[in-house]
Amino acid sequence: MKLALPPILIYSLRRLAQAIPVIILIMVGTFLLLKLAPGDTVDALVGDMGGADAQFIERLRVEYGLDQPVWVQLWRYMEKLATFDLGWSFVYEQPVATVLMDRLGTTLLLMATSLSIAFTVGVALGAIAARRAYSLTDNVISTLGLIFYATPSFFLSLMMMLLFSVKLGWLPVGGIKTIAGFYTGWDHVWDVALHLIMPTAALSLIYLSFYLRLMRSSVLQVADLDFVRTARAKGAGETRLMFHHIMRNALLPVVTLFGLQFSTVLGGSVVVETIFTLPGLGQLAYQSVIQRDMNTLMGIIFLCSIIVVVVNFLTDLLYARLDSRIELA
Amino acid sequence: MIEQSPILEIRDLKIALPEGSDRPFALDGLNLTVKPGEIVCMVGESGSGKSLSAGAIMRLLPEPHVHVAGGSINFLGEDILAKTDREMKQIRGNRISMIFQEPMTALNPQKTVGWQIDEVLKLHMEGNRAARRKHAIEMLNRVHIPDPESAYNAYPHQISGGQRQRVMIAMALSLSPKLVIADEPTTALDVTTQLQILKLIRELQQEDGAGVLFITHDFGVVAEIADHVIVLRQGEVVEQGAADQVLNHPQHPYTQALIASVPDLAPPPPKPVSTLPVVLKGTGLKKTFAAKGGLLSGKRKAVIAVKDLSFELHQGETLGVVGESGSGKTTVSRLVTRLLEADAGAVDVDGKDLLACSPSELRGMRKHIQMVFQDPMASLNPRKRVVDLIAQGPIVHGEDPEKARARARELLELVELSPAAANRFPHEFSGGQRQRIGIARALAMEPKVIVADEPVSALDVSVQAQVLKLLADLRDRMNLSLLFVTHDLRVAAQLCDCIIVMQKGEIVEAGVTAEVFADPKHPYTRNLLSSIPGRHWTPPVRNTDAA
Repeated sequence: MKLALPPILIYSLRRLAQAIPVIILIMVGTFLLLKLAPGDTVDALVGDMGGADAQFIERLRVEYGLDQPVWVQLWRYMEKLATFDLGWSFVYEQPVATVLMDRLGTTLLLMATSLSIAFTVGVALGAIAARRAYSLTDNVISTLGLIFYATPSFFLSLMMMLLFSVKLGWLPVGGIKTIAGFYTGWDHVWDVALHLIMPTAALSLIYLSFYLRLMRSSVLQVADLDFVRTARAKGAGETRLMFHHIMRNALLPVVTLFGLQFSTVLGGSVVVETIFTLPGLGQLAYQSVIQRDMNTLMGIIFLCSIIVVVVNFLTDLLYARLDSRIELA
Repeated sequence: MIEQSPILEIRDLKIALPEGSDRPFALDGLNLTVKPGEIVCMVGESGSGKSLSAGAIMRLLPEPHVHVAGGSINFLGEDILAKTDREMKQIRGNRISMIFQEPMTALNPQKTVGWQIDEVLKLHMEGNRAARRKHAIEMLNRVHIPDPESAYNAYPHQISGGQRQRVMIAMALSLSPKLVIADEPTTALDVTTQLQILKLIRELQQEDGAGVLFITHDFGVVAEIADHVIVLRQGEVVEQGAADQVLNHPQHPYTQALIASVPDLAPPPPKPVSTLPVVLKGTGLKKTFAAKGGLLSGKRKAVIAVKDLSFELHQGETLGVVGESGSGKTTVSRLVTRLLEADAGAVDVDGKDLLACSPSELRGMRKHIQMVFQDPMASLNPRKRVVDLIAQGPIVHGEDPEKARARARELLELVELSPAAANRFPHEFSGGQRQRIGIARALAMEPKVIVADEPVSALDVSVQAQVLKLLADLRDRMNLSLLFVTHDLRVAAQLCDCIIVMQKGEIVEAGVTAEVFADPKHPYTRNLLSSIPGRHWTPPVRNTDAA
């Protein structure tokens, strides 16, 4: 007997099955890697308290299960993870899941806006540069791309802060909202948007330059292909050529890069969130490393690997939609 | 027929190449006339400027690097060169249309066949969507595509190469243009498909009374289709006239040489080889490209490339393997050399089964069987000097490097290259010269058998003739045994003593070439032979020292 499932569903189920071992491997790998780092939660807590006697430290270790061998700790953690229990954060005194969910929104908002701006603007500028290849417009766009590409995001962040917050006073220097503002409705949205302008710019410009450069070379390449010549021989004008024949084919490598880069954007957001004191996952990750908050850190990694797997799956779906030669199987 | 006013008239056309090219003009003083209902063939080898002239008529030259430098192009009495871009857009695809060489790449992979035909109609035809769709399907019907309705919704990769070319033709002819420019439209196609496409172009052109400018390098195709022939060399017209005149009584030495290079369809007299020892014997060879995938990845159907193939190659004999694309002939060449592992069967080289060898034994056996590949550029390492390319094999097999290099220089002489070639790199040579290097490389191992996979199909016809002659010479002088894979029956006829005809992985007919050609038994062989372009035309001048 054969189940008559739609191919897309079969494909999704198979991708899900493939994702599980990947995530397990990531979790085991990071767990062991983190255990290699010197010091543990207790050291960090005791350090914060300004010291404690050896007996108290010993008791804390037993209480947190840190006296067990690494393999036992790993097994206990993976067992809990199998039931989607991410454990308890001893630093925040809350379940890890709660801590993460508080922060997830901010990070996703930052990433989504940065990436969509980087993608659309990058693709558009790249296409324009390619259509006017070697002209003044192209040179200006390409040089700008090179500058964005070469500027580290932390430097860009600091310079923007200096200019827009300190000198001009137009934009807030950090945080996600004005703390004493208590805005509601559209005022709140506007407030958050103002706070996000600089972080988004800092995070997106470097990716924008990736897409710009890739799109430019991709368009130039596709414009030389035979079917573009065919279309020209049919009497199609330049605009028509660009939109119907070149763009769709030129986008394919850019979409591939988009999927691949999603994970690096997560990494980049650590720096940006820390600089702009945004209460997101990146900042949380940074603090958790310093405080040796093992459970929270593992939770962040778990969440991130799920996000990356999901985004890669979505990219593949998008790719299949864009390229008719690819069949999901 | 009364004299009609010409559709296309080109006078003294000059096309300038960018500075620093090997010659100042790609085309120098082209004169040509296309009358209604006439097929004018423009013949020339690569670099003769034939494709650029098509670009000039469509005003699609890569300007400003390559541009028209003089002369006039008159289309229906109007000067094409004086038209604005907007006027040209109206003419392109509407009154002048073009058919390109590669049906695979000439269609947009992301749009359906219907969309692409519809695009021409949308650009030039009044009428709503339904009327356009009706017209497009009618065109698909006219080019004899089975089930036009479903082809209309198919993507280019979902239909075969021949059908794609039919789609191109449907697209080009959908608005009944006055002039059709066909740039090598059948070069990438199998011989049987080629004949069908040529017939189709003829048929549709006669219905519409359009003029056709047909660009080709193949004199067989010319003999099949042309009314009028123009022969180009290095941008200059060396000869033009009625097809019959040029084909059967060529005046210019270059035309004579070109025509003499066309391999004759009469096979060589059979050699009494069957008494000589067998050097290469394949028994029951099988290869299936397995179904890919399983539980966690995509599935793909298994493809049987070769099923149960057996053959014998005698000392000093040339065995041709012919067939259309997908017949498994290249797989055979890979199995025999064990570049691909067979699923079953045996390949006896000199009495030892190559397929049963252990990896270390295999390395020793490799020197007995060598290959010459199709693409002489891709098969030579661009970073190595010619002498090292040739000497590499013997050195790997333990020959003293100095001796191997000295021998390499001798081999270069043997393949008629100057000894100075030894210290140059592959990119400094022409295609024909590179193929000679490829042959020298194969010979360096002093193999018992040479397997040649389409060794001349990437070459111009005059160069092809030279390389074939060299192969035949070397074979006779060194008593070589050749397994010769080709899709070109003319080439097979000229070189091969015996022949195997393959279809879908199976031998449908085998025997002495002369007998198979004279009296084909299998319907597929008969079909292949009757599809050879220009088979009714016997080239007049037979000059073995061609070009």
